[in-house]
Amino acid sequence: MKKTLFDKIWDAHVVETINGDHQILYIDKHFIHEVTSPQAFDELERKGIPIANIASIVATADHNVPTVNQHLPIQEQLSRLQVDKLIENCKKHDIELYGLGHPYQGIVHVIGPELGITQPGMTIVCGDSHTSTHGAFGNIAFGIGTSQVTQVLATQALLLTKPKTMRITVNGQLKNNVFPKDVILYLLMHLGTNAGTGYFIEYAGSVFKEMSMEGRMTVCNMSIEMGARGGLIAPDETTFTYLQGREFAPKGEEFNMKCQQWSKLFSDQDAIFDKAYEFEASDISPMLTYGTNPGMGIKINEVIPKIKNTSDEKALNYMGLQAGQQLLNKAIDYVFIGSCTNARIEDFRIAANYIKGKTKAKNVEVWIVPGSQQVAQQIKEEQIDAVFEAANIPIRQAGCSACLGMNEDKIPAGKYCVSTSNRNFEGRQGKGARTILASPLTAAAAAIEGKIIDVSQLN
Amino acid sequence: MDKFQTFTSTALPLNIENIDTDQIIPARFLKATDRKDFGNNLFRDWRFEEDGSKKAFVLNQAHEANILIAGNNFGCGSSREHAAWALYDYGFRVIISSFFADIFRGNALNNGLLPLQVSEAQLSNLFKIIEENPTTQFTVDLEKETLSSNAFLEDISFEIDPYKKMCLLNGYSDLDFLLLKKEQIEQFALSRF
Repeated sequence: MKKTLFDKIWDAHVVETINGDHQILYIDKHFIHEVTSPQAFDELERKGIPIANIASIVATADHNVPTVNQHLPIQEQLSRLQVDKLIENCKKHDIELYGLGHPYQGIVHVIGPELGITQPGMTIVCGDSHTSTHGAFGNIAFGIGTSQVTQVLATQALLLTKPKTMRITVNGQLKNNVFPKDVILYLLMHLGTNAGTGYFIEYAGSVFKEMSMEGRMTVCNMSIEMGARGGLIAPDETTFTYLQGREFAPKGEEFNMKCQQWSKLFSDQDAIFDKAYEFEASDISPMLTYGTNPGMGIKINEVIPKIKNTSDEKALNYMGLQAGQQLLNKAIDYVFIGSCTNARIEDFRIAANYIKGKTKAKNVEVWIVPGSQQVAQQIKEEQIDAVFEAANIPIRQAGCSACLGMNEDKIPAGKYCVSTSNRNFEGRQGKGARTILASPLTAAAAAIEGKIIDVSQLN
Repeated sequence: MDKFQTFTSTALPLNIENIDTDQIIPARFLKATDRKDFGNNLFRDWRFEEDGSKKAFVLNQAHEANILIAGNNFGCGSSREHAAWALYDYGFRVIISSFFADIFRGNALNNGLLPLQVSEAQLSNLFKIIEENPTTQFTVDLEKETLSSNAFLEDISFEIDPYKKMCLLNGYSDLDFLLLKKEQIEQFALSRF
């Protein structure tokens, strides 16, 4: 039978099918962080249940950590307690923790791939919806709730119904200054925030084939914004080259053997997808969001569309924007380049390439937040830090930062922030904050110009 | 998990689409290490002003509703189970919508909170009924898979996965089930490596 890539990986992990509908799915890798794990450890302890496979778990602290002065104790008491709880739980159970101060610390979806922990063909879970990121390597990776974190800790498996499959194909040549972030925002604009609910998405076509691993991660990361549990891309030479030599990737002959196995991970020709969409690369432009969900996007030179219902009206009121208005030339207050969507080395290269030789606009506060200590290190090695510093933009330390209004980095109420993160929900970046999602280049340009400019017109 | 029991109550309308879990419980309230008291901060920024005074928001009316009726695609965004904990802790036992986000649906079911899916037409009718009479009583009978009320003649029947229904009615969780299968899962792991 013809199988999709998703079917191949899923079926290889089914322990048992129950009553036709439910399947026990074996989980290979489990990432945990401080926010969604404490209640899971508590429940296990209360019930006296041991952890099934300690070696499958990797922990980091990212959501609550400050991005300045990480050598000092965390100022905010509740954040500190939560991070301390993670340290305590990891120590108690002998779980590998890349906490503050560790050279591998960083956003969970940045460190998994860069350490070579994330590999093709695996099943990967984490108590975080952006676990979909890891699918860029051709695996089944999805976010889970804390009850499911407990289940995986206790049994290394989940009870699930198999999702349906969707293929999104984008063929052709991307236009100048159109980045993976623009591609996924474009898909969201067309398909909306719930087209993917109940599905796993496979991204196919020349655009994704030619994309770097960093770019593929940006795309897969935002699959959840379409409602899909996950998104994946067939592994290829780009994937293998990225993985080779990484800390926890297989080495030597074992690596070659693995690559041969991984090469078989693709959707069979004529495999049936439950849903399929096709788009033309040449139609994609640099993108912006204007509303309060990631599906509310426009091409950078378009106007905000008409209001269709009270939800749209509420969104535009919150954003202080009006239908028919352009976002081009709009003055902004903050720029955030970071998050599990766009905080990898390639993102900072794109930003630095524009910023080089220029100075930050006086009206804008700019936060450059590497996704991990390793990305921060590479920024130094490539002397990108000097570019930002010369532009009066200090580089902060690794963490989730202003993506989610949980740690100290919050955008003040009423302020506009051009952000490379993934969600423009009300209050996402801080109570009352107004988020405009964009690519690292559009964000970098806004940092220098103090307003949104049309990057498609740049060389 | 508490057993789900048939009950009758009024319902609160929240006619907004795409309500994400950041609205249900903002990230700054996720710092607890237990599951308690999240209800205090349910819809925090829609309910309260900066100074803690109440906004004109549906939850701020005097009510005894155990049912929330919400717009399409409820619970999208972050996987935080805290959203389900907050809704349950506040007193809701049923959320009615025409569509639920995946992770939220699972989280709700794992905590004894029933995501009750109706059609778009049924949803707008429910909003209309409450607008006309906010004290309308609704009965949710999970055993029979029906939503009934004096405000409409024919009961609305809804569908639920039979296994999940059994779990809700008996207060069982997936963890209980998976633990029964632990040996088999271990065997599977051995066969793979």
